Amino acid sequence: MGYPHPSHPKETVVLSKHFGDPEARGYAGWVKHGGYQALRKAVGMTRDAIVEEVKASGLRGRGGAGFPTGLKWSFMPKEVVKPHYLVCNADESEPGTFKDREIMRWTPHALIEGCAIAAYAIGAERCYIYIRGEFTEPWRVMSAAVEEAFANGALGDSVFGSGKRIEIVLHRGAGAYICGEETAMMNSIEGRRGNPRIKPPFPAVAGLFGMPTTINNVETLAAVPHILNRGAAWYKSLCLGNPKSTGTKLVSVCGHVQRPGNYEVTMGTPMRDILYDMCGGPPAGRRFKAIIPGGSSVPIMTVEEAEAALFDYEGVVEQGSMLGSAGMIVMDDRTDMVYQIWRLARFYAHESCAQCTQCREGTAWTTKILERILAGKGKQDDFQLLLDLAENMTGKTICVLSDSCAAPVVSGIQKFRSEFEAYIAGSREPVLAAI
Amino acid sequence: MSGAAKAHGTTPAEEHRPVFVGPARARLEQLFAKYPTRQACLLPALWMVQEARGWISEQAIGEVADVLELTPAYVKGVVTFYTMYHTHPVGRHFIQVCTTSPCNICGAEDVVKALLQATGCGELGATSPDGRFTVIEVECLGACGFPTPILVDDDFIENVTPEKVPGIVQRYP
Amino acid sequence: MADELVNVTIDGMQLAVPKGTPIIEAAKQAGLLVPHYCYHPSLPSPAVCRMCLVEVEKAPKLMPACVTAVAEGQVVHVNSPTAKKAREGVLELLLINHPLDCPICDQSGECELQNYTFQEGRSATRYQEYAKRYNPVEDFGPDVLYVPNRCILCTRCVRFMEDVADTPVLNVSERGDRAYIGIAEQQRLDHPWAGNVVDLCPVGSLLSKDFLHKARAWDLDKTASVCPGCTQGCNISIDTRDEIVVRIRPRANLEVNRHFICDYGRMNYRWLNRGDRVEAPLVRDGARHLATDWDTALDRLGQVVRGASGGAVILASGRASTESLGLARAMLDRFQVTAAVQVPLGDEAPLAGIPGLALRRERAPNLVGARLLGYTAQWEAALRAVTDAGLVVLLDADLGPDDEAALAAARGMVVVLATVMPEARNAELILPVTTMAEENGTYVNRDRRVQRYQQAKAQPGMARPVWWVAGEVIAGPGPDASAPSTAAEAFAQLGERWPVFAGLSHEEIGYTGRVLGEMAAGAGVAR
Repeated sequence: MGYPHPSHPKETVVLSKHFGDPEARGYAGWVKHGGYQALRKAVGMTRDAIVEEVKASGLRGRGGAGFPTGLKWSFMPKEVVKPHYLVCNADESEPGTFKDREIMRWTPHALIEGCAIAAYAIGAERCYIYIRGEFTEPWRVMSAAVEEAFANGALGDSVFGSGKRIEIVLHRGAGAYICGEETAMMNSIEGRRGNPRIKPPFPAVAGLFGMPTTINNVETLAAVPHILNRGAAWYKSLCLGNPKSTGTKLVSVCGHVQRPGNYEVTMGTPMRDILYDMCGGPPAGRRFKAIIPGGSSVPIMTVEEAEAALFDYEGVVEQGSMLGSAGMIVMDDRTDMVYQIWRLARFYAHESCAQCTQCREGTAWTTKILERILAGKGKQDDFQLLLDLAENMTGKTICVLSDSCAAPVVSGIQKFRSEFEAYIAGSREPVLAAI
Repeated sequence: MSGAAKAHGTTPAEEHRPVFVGPARARLEQLFAKYPTRQACLLPALWMVQEARGWISEQAIGEVADVLELTPAYVKGVVTFYTMYHTHPVGRHFIQVCTTSPCNICGAEDVVKALLQATGCGELGATSPDGRFTVIEVECLGACGFPTPILVDDDFIENVTPEKVPGIVQRYP
Repeated sequence: MADELVNVTIDGMQLAVPKGTPIIEAAKQAGLLVPHYCYHPSLPSPAVCRMCLVEVEKAPKLMPACVTAVAEGQVVHVNSPTAKKAREGVLELLLINHPLDCPICDQSGECELQNYTFQEGRSATRYQEYAKRYNPVEDFGPDVLYVPNRCILCTRCVRFMEDVADTPVLNVSERGDRAYIGIAEQQRLDHPWAGNVVDLCPVGSLLSKDFLHKARAWDLDKTASVCPGCTQGCNISIDTRDEIVVRIRPRANLEVNRHFICDYGRMNYRWLNRGDRVEAPLVRDGARHLATDWDTALDRLGQVVRGASGGAVILASGRASTESLGLARAMLDRFQVTAAVQVPLGDEAPLAGIPGLALRRERAPNLVGARLLGYTAQWEAALRAVTDAGLVVLLDADLGPDDEAALAAARGMVVVLATVMPEARNAELILPVTTMAEENGTYVNRDRRVQRYQQAKAQPGMARPVWWVAGEVIAGPGPDASAPSTAAEAFAQLGERWPVFAGLSHEEIGYTGRVLGEMAAGAGVAR
């Protein structure tokens, strides 16, 4: 459903079916909606069987990386020699993305069920759900739901009497976007600074507390009960021609559209359907100017590129950007592109963990150059400087935060150069004070 | 020496009253069972300190270090990494306003201006003269479809516009 | 048992290195230094500085050489255009917030940021924004200053304190370009091994207060030596300027001290610069001592040694070299000798992360060497023997009131070899000798490793090594070829009397030392 709007006919409502329905939050209400059948089924299956089912479904990580989920689970050791851990990434901090919050605050038990099944499938007895500190409402809702789940035997020493032990611990973040990176998240749970780790070692070998670990996004885990209930073939059939991208995706559309919100679409849905049909197009009297489809860490798309794109992992890449977290930021002709790119660079500079030189210094320098341009003191040389910096910041660091800062800068200069030129030439009034 | 804005009108240094005694201590001990190491209880413990005292002082850092068998320097390194922990006193009500691009293009900066005026804070990071409010800008709050979201203490308020600001501010004594 | 070897090609050079070796270490074997900051062979590797990125054929991205292990058939390019461009990028980014402090920065001349920038950085800056850092200098504790504006956040200091010293008193505070190295108010950097962070710092961010603004790196003469602080025998470099010792730094020895020395050894060098030295050989003339030349003094010493009867006592400094202790003993061949070496005691201070490395209780670098030569540490017993001895030889031991009293009560002859003038009015001779910084020699450490130290500064006045004095007396007057003229020759003579040293030469000992064969201490007793 296009929460907070009614469902659109072109949506495929699976995960978002009960968004906005307060009854779905409680255990009893969730069971009425068919909840926890998948978990009951799962604890009677073998680990391998569950992993194979998820592999066959084609489910890919919904946090932004798009890594095949079943394959990720199969990296875990077959025999449980040391404790295994599942970590649910509920840190949702990618600008433009606001889907996991809806899953947690409307259908917490969907997530709990998905976590429990996944934990069992990878041989873990404990799952940590890392919820960002600012999500106070999801925290309250999830806390109550977890307690209910324990009380009703869906979690505990013997889930639904199966003898299998599964528990969930909620862990609260404290204000760091970088903790959404899976290895930084593990460090954060361990009580450390949220610094990403070098790989190898990979989490499935040595992750949380040095133990084999799998980290999955909220939306990914919420899909798992549906796959077990309705079968991998069903999930795989939710596909519009590209067999590599199956299932549904929650698209968080925000910015300059008539109806911002979350829309659930089958992978491969044309982006224009989302922008015009579901979201109602631009506000009255305005035209679209730029769309960032995957959260802010992907190249900016022109309207032409967006209108031509099919919304799945490969389709968006074909038009020069990436699906990412599907947090779609839509900008109309009011938007000062230079200013927004500066604001995004400022975001990355604020969130850099400070380990890698290119990120720590590069994000800050990029921000300062853009600030200077906006203050009317930009120069022609700044183009090459920004592009050099962006190249320096790409592919050279422990994690991709610095690459993410470079993406809007490079695509912005490529596609909206005239706006930069206007500031540099002085034909546009400065909007920031010079330092 | 950080770049973070400091509060105006700081409280005088007081003797630190231990946080982890009685029920708080019991809650902490319960946490130990949920993590294989004491160190992993650090973020939850710091939240407990901030909930109890409103901010995390040097002495509180020392207490947390003692209780979790870590060094004060280590704890401080963690505290200063995570921006939601306050290392200095703030107003009775702490307001966080998202101004990252998705909200920025929907008028977030006007919401900030309205809040600074309505609270009397005057500038970001400052505490209002009556000690009631501190307002800061934060990065994406994860509610981009409901611009502009703000947090007032633990209350997450969606769809804030400059017009709604005075009414919201009034609700917090 | 040899490790499994892996074949790699680095910048065209073919190498076979043990499996698991990081590329940066493999490259060293080919004589190639991969530029780096955060990596250090004695610290865990976080791969954060990104300076060591190298091109590896078939890998999609540049790989950090410090944590990427060699693989069979791997072809690595350290100096390809892509790798060099990446390094140039790192250097440019480190310099945008780095103050132009070189003219006033202690690190100048031995600064890795200077070195690599000169080698392959940009010649001009493109940064024209406002400077970000205006932070004041911080005092971290007893000897260490932190200059935040110069810090490149390599985090070596943090990792040393946390992982090697097992005392996490330093942290990284804040995030992004606001980050700096922090210390908690309640703690100071007073760990007994904390001074190493100054050496580890690649730039002039962590500084030694002791060395602050004392000397320019390029004015220093650096000499390989061994710490005279305790029985650990850490390898050091004695840095001098104009014949004055200005700094002690560790010298790498993977078997003894890896890359570190303790603060006690580091700070304990001022005694090497004392000016109040015995300047010339002094011979007693009635109630006073008269300066004379060495020939006269040696003649007189020879007479004393040949003329004395009864027992002999040697009271030696724990800092005396193996050569000196041995030849002094040999000089008193025909006596019944009570030989003791002075061993002041202090607290032990281990470096937790390196097994077998500690500041030792016995603050005498050559205690083991002395024992092998038949000396004991029983100082009190030796003092008691002084009264009735026919001959007492003092080898530069530090004299306390009890020692002076014992010497004054000696009924036999007293011969003093000293650096600074002792209280010894009844001495027949007071001969000027060298400190360990003014001579070549060896010490044997607590693990029976004999290590060479080299002369770091000129012998003042007429001072000579103790082994030379004893050697001359043994050989007798006249142009006799058997007196050793170098410490190496003196060492070679030891093997004749003490088999534990037989067949070993200074050359073979080299700069890393050799562990002596298993033989019981004192088994090779003087004939």
